[in-house]
Amino acid sequence: MSLQLRTTPFHSRTAALSQAHNWRRWAGYVAASAYELSHDREYAAIRNSAALFDVTPLYKYDITGRDAARFLDRLVPRDINRLATGQIYYTPWCNDQGKVLDDGTLWRLDEQHFRLTSAEPNLRWLRMNAAPYDVRIEDVSDRIATLSIQGPTARAILNALGAGIDALKYFRLQHTNLRELPVTITRTGYTGDLGFEVWTANHHAEALWDMLIEEGMNYGIQPAGLLALDVARIEAGLILLDVDYVSANHALIEAQKSSPFELNLGWAVAKAKGPYVGQRALEAERARAPEWQLVGIDVDWESLERLHAAVGLPPRLPSAAWRTSVPIYRGSAQIGYATSGTWSPLLKKYIALAHLKAPHFAPGTAVEMEVTVEHHRRRAAAHVTKLPFFDPERKRA
Amino acid sequence: MSTNRYDAIVIGGGHNGLVNAAYLARAGRKVVVLEKRHLVGGAAVSEQIFPGFTFSVFSYVVSLLRPEIIRDLQLPQHGLQILPLESTITPLPNGDYLGMWGDRDRTRRELARHSATDAEALDEFGRLMHHMAMAVRPILGMMPPDPTSLGVRDLKAFARLGGHLRQIDEKHLHLLHKLMTMSSADFLDEWFEFEPLKATKSASGIIGTFLGPRSPGTAYVLLHHYMGEIDGAFRAWGFAKGGTGAISESIASAARALGAEIRLNTGVAQVMVKNGKAVGVVLENGDELLAPVVVSGLDPRRTFLQLVEEQALPTDLVDAVRKYKFRGSSGKVNLALSELPDFTCLPGRGQHHYGAVSISPSYDYLERAYDDAKYGEFSKKPYMDIVFPSMLDPNMAPPGQHVMSAFVQYAPYKLNGGWTDEKREAFGDAVIDTLAEYAPNIKRAIIHRQVITPPDIERITGLSEGNIFAGELSLHQLFFNRPAHPWAGYRTPIRGYYQCGSGTHPGGGIMGASGRLAALRILDHRSRR
Repeated sequence: MSLQLRTTPFHSRTAALSQAHNWRRWAGYVAASAYELSHDREYAAIRNSAALFDVTPLYKYDITGRDAARFLDRLVPRDINRLATGQIYYTPWCNDQGKVLDDGTLWRLDEQHFRLTSAEPNLRWLRMNAAPYDVRIEDVSDRIATLSIQGPTARAILNALGAGIDALKYFRLQHTNLRELPVTITRTGYTGDLGFEVWTANHHAEALWDMLIEEGMNYGIQPAGLLALDVARIEAGLILLDVDYVSANHALIEAQKSSPFELNLGWAVAKAKGPYVGQRALEAERARAPEWQLVGIDVDWESLERLHAAVGLPPRLPSAAWRTSVPIYRGSAQIGYATSGTWSPLLKKYIALAHLKAPHFAPGTAVEMEVTVEHHRRRAAAHVTKLPFFDPERKRA
Repeated sequence: MSTNRYDAIVIGGGHNGLVNAAYLARAGRKVVVLEKRHLVGGAAVSEQIFPGFTFSVFSYVVSLLRPEIIRDLQLPQHGLQILPLESTITPLPNGDYLGMWGDRDRTRRELARHSATDAEALDEFGRLMHHMAMAVRPILGMMPPDPTSLGVRDLKAFARLGGHLRQIDEKHLHLLHKLMTMSSADFLDEWFEFEPLKATKSASGIIGTFLGPRSPGTAYVLLHHYMGEIDGAFRAWGFAKGGTGAISESIASAARALGAEIRLNTGVAQVMVKNGKAVGVVLENGDELLAPVVVSGLDPRRTFLQLVEEQALPTDLVDAVRKYKFRGSSGKVNLALSELPDFTCLPGRGQHHYGAVSISPSYDYLERAYDDAKYGEFSKKPYMDIVFPSMLDPNMAPPGQHVMSAFVQYAPYKLNGGWTDEKREAFGDAVIDTLAEYAPNIKRAIIHRQVITPPDIERITGLSEGNIFAGELSLHQLFFNRPAHPWAGYRTPIRGYYQCGSGTHPGGGIMGASGRLAALRILDHRSRR
């Protein structure tokens, strides 16, 4: 067995483009953090033209069989009976206590054929829950190569390759060909922009990459890494497992666990549906007001300017998105913590995702976020905002 | 009649006029902006000159747009999107090039190829200029005080300025003096040895002036280049998606959202003055609009010598405005291209196409270009600053095709024998011939060519003598002398008549500062009545 981390089927192409040798681990794979020496242009492509991400390390499970729909309806809090063929749900799934284990997309490929994607391995949990059902669960993670193409020109690029996806709606999928190559295209992504994910068999990976780059050149395509993605997903208010929340499976103490309501995912907990894992706890929680809420934090620039001017500096900000826990205060009390933050080059705002305690999470609430200015901890004025920070019409168009 | 009454009328929908109107509207004033053209923006406009190809016709990059304006007017919500424009390459006649990349290590390595000491000096120079820019920056956000006035406001402002200057250490003050007095060539000679590096850096000191890199006073303008970098964290520098017109449109959208009215195709004939007070304007169609505040976003010549009767003004002011230097010195060549220029020094498509290309191989080259202009000719071998907007924003051209923007200097407003259509095309040919020396495929790639001379700039935008900064950005025309002492504080001798364009402090570029400061002054005046 090789001692090296795994590489994706696109590696021959992505490695050749890496100017910075800037890689990060993702689910046992090496994944590009940035191809260029800075991720600025890669980020800009997401909002301006099209960014191309290798997202192969996602876990993928195919679930087939007579009871597939019943099984999945039992697994996730969304109502799978309403999931039409060709449609995709974003969904969290929980343990019996209603605490989130993971989140991902669930597709209905056919009446009795579904696919689930996830950030973490879930085969064991799926099999544990599948026992009473007539289903087959297959881990297809290693067989399918995936590229995500995100940005305002993404559709034009795929159509220029013959995808014919003008009618493909938000969170739907389509089997099609790019030139001669068979692919499945989903109208999904992790950027909050117009975007698609393209799924194909491993042996088509390089050809897929090459044609997207070749045609995409005319539409400003830019290979992009996880640093750029991180900025975009924070703007889009999208949470990340192990960064913004801890899987109930990984949590060491109760306080580390989160319910869907606390993560702003209450909308994904169906009110009237058959029994599912965690239902009792979630229905009880729905009846109470949530104790925590995931919100946006908008840090006041003038406040940052004042804090830096006090030591003779212009404002300085982290050059990339951060993923650490940062205290949020109201008055003298800590009322929560931010888990991800970034300067938004698009919105020209310093933003963060934060978990705040009741009753401090109403939009507009004046709070303070800890910032470090010349080695000293300071508090910058900020206010609570609704998520997402950025929600363009083209996201759903 | 009530629709003809406003709290304020802003003449000219350039970016400063729009900023001004937005701030006035934000303070609850009923404002109308009157723009003579069919679109807002003045010299910051994007137009489809040729089907499918969008040109930033005149001004082409964002450098100093004030962060507080972006925030106050929430311009990103109104469509402002600034994209990174990272590098500058200078192709050289010997087939080599000089590259200044977005990354420090890459730039050092590239510079070391030409001069090991320059590679090191660049960082030190950058730090020093940063200090200098920090020293000068507060002035940009300040209403220019009158140095001869003993008024409380002026004295306070000078005290603030003095207090600020006292904080600058001696070494830096010394350097500031050098920057104020030296030519950019002499100043850069103290730091660097590689000629193309010095020439390329010096070029930013001559843009929009009728001066050469060896003309004294040009060093100071170098500093303006570093101002934007202080706000580095805010990243307000780069290329506006959709071209510079998109900046104007975003400000207009913000102004409308705040309640301002914008009337297009509405030229103003004259400002109405009664008993020394502005009371409104007469439109070119004869209609009258009334307001106790009238703001001119036009340049000082039009503000004082065209929109009002000279008799209404002090002789000193009229004289000063007559002497105020415009003398436009630059032109523009906008190309629709079937393929990218293929540079001999860096063959094929590459990273350099995402940045600027500077035709500035040496001081002598730039000075010779200036020599032509001094004696009334356009430069046979001009200085150029070139960008490829379609590489940054693919919507600027059809898929696979491109637009190119070349800022060209020198093209004197007063050409020997005057500008004609033939001379305009000859100027365009000089530009293309020069470029073809570095990128031979350029001629066959041209689908459409738009050549703009200073008289064209004047005719289309109204900027006198085609000066892109509404008056030369030279030291004697800055701060309390912009446009003329003692009328640098956005007021005029006519009560209720104000000025806000790039011809006022702190000057040109898509900065918006004068529009904002003028609005603050107007609101201050009004609220104290």
